[in-house]
Amino acid sequence: MNAPRPKVRIATTSLAGCFGCHMSFLDIDEHLFELVELVEFDRSPLTDIKHCGPCDIGLIEGGVCNAENVHVLREFRRNCKTLIAVGACAINGGLPAQRNHLDLEACLREVYVSRDGLGEGGVPNDPELPLLLDKVRPIHELVRIDYFIPGCPPSGEAIWKFLTDLIAGRTPRLSYPMMHFD
Amino acid sequence: MSKRFLFDGRPVVFEDGQTILQAARAAGHYIPHLCWHPDFPPHGSCKLCIVKVAGRHVSSCAMPAKEGMEVESNTPEINGERRALLQMLFVEGNHFCPSCEKSGNCQLQALAYDLEMTGERFAHFFPERPVDSSHPDVLLDFNRCIFCELCVRASRDVDGKNVFALTNRGINKHLVVNAESGRLGDTDLAADDLAANICPVGVILKKRVGFATPIGERTYDVKPIHIVAMEDGK
Repeated sequence: MNAPRPKVRIATTSLAGCFGCHMSFLDIDEHLFELVELVEFDRSPLTDIKHCGPCDIGLIEGGVCNAENVHVLREFRRNCKTLIAVGACAINGGLPAQRNHLDLEACLREVYVSRDGLGEGGVPNDPELPLLLDKVRPIHELVRIDYFIPGCPPSGEAIWKFLTDLIAGRTPRLSYPMMHFD
Repeated sequence: MSKRFLFDGRPVVFEDGQTILQAARAAGHYIPHLCWHPDFPPHGSCKLCIVKVAGRHVSSCAMPAKEGMEVESNTPEINGERRALLQMLFVEGNHFCPSCEKSGNCQLQALAYDLEMTGERFAHFFPERPVDSSHPDVLLDFNRCIFCELCVRASRDVDGKNVFALTNRGINKHLVVNAESGRLGDTDLAADDLAANICPVGVILKKRVGFATPIGERTYDVKPIHIVAMEDGK
C-alpha cells in the first residue's frame, strides 16, 4: 500500500518588494485548490507564521534594502532546500534599486524634511525601525539562489508552471510567452 | 562545385568573402548578435555571435567562411557562454526593464528571453549615468548603453554628422555626444537620422511615442528574436 505523499513545505516572504509577486501568486486562481493538495505553507504573509522552519521551497519577493531584509533572507536560506528569487526586485533590485545612484541621507531628507509641511518630525529614528543599507541589492548578492522567476511581476501561470515542475521533479522551465522582464 | 562548411552538422554553401554569420544567415540559420548589422562592416565587440570552429572560439560576424570548416553555434556550451555575456552586459549597466520604454522591442532583452537568461548571476555595478533630455525630439538614456557603436557608425558613415562617440577604455568606457557642451540638444541630430533609429537597446529614444504600442504587444513580446531577425534582415 502506498503511503500518502508528504506535502511539500513552502515559505514565502516579501523583502523590498511591493507584494505584487504575491498577488500574482494568488492569481493562479483555481490552481490554488490543486496547490493546497500538494503543499503546505510555513512562514508566509498567507499564514502569518513569524519564523521559518525547515522547508522544501522558499519564494523570495523583493531585493534587500535594510538590515531586517538581510536577517530574513539568511533565515530563509538556512531553512529552505531550494530558494527561488521571484520577480524583478529579487533578481536585480528592481524599483527600490533606482535609489542606488542617490545619496541615502539626501534621499531621506528629501522625503522627510525638505518637503513643505514635513519640517517637524525629521527623519524617523526609532530603534524598532530597521537600518537602511546604502544600496539596494539583488538577493543573489547575499545568499546562494537556486532559481529565478523573472517578471514584474511574473505571471500567475509562470509561477504555477515553475512550482509544479519543481514539485514533480522536473527541471523548471518557462516557455517563451512566460519569459518577460517587464 | 560550390564551397561549403558544416554549421551545427548541416552543410552551408558560401561564396568567398562571406563571413560565417553572413553565409549562415543566407542559408536560414540564425546566430545571435547585438553589435552586428547587415548594413555595416563587422564590429566584433558584443561577442554574442561567438561560435566554435575547430575547438576555438571566433566571432562569426568577422571570421571568413572557409571550405570544410565545422562550426558549432546552437549548442548548450556556446549558448551558455552567450548567456554569461548577456549577464555581464546586464550588470554593467542599469537595465531596469519594467520602466524602460524599449521593453519588448529591445534586442538585449529579447536575446535574454531567447537564451533563457532568468537571473543575472554577477554582482551589479549600479553605475551612475545621468540622462540627457536636452534634445527636443530624442532622449538619451545612457544607463542602457552596451557600446555596440551602431549609433556612432550610423552617424559618422551614413548621416555624415558624427554626433556620437565612445570615450575612455575598459570599465570607464562610455558613450558621449560630440558637442562642446556634451549635450545632444547642441548637435544637429534629427529624429529621422539613422543614428536616432538604430539603437538595439533603450538608449536613443524618440520622445512622445514611447508607449504608442502597449507593453505585451511589442515585437519580441509576440515572437522570439531568432524568428524576427531572420524575417526583417536585421
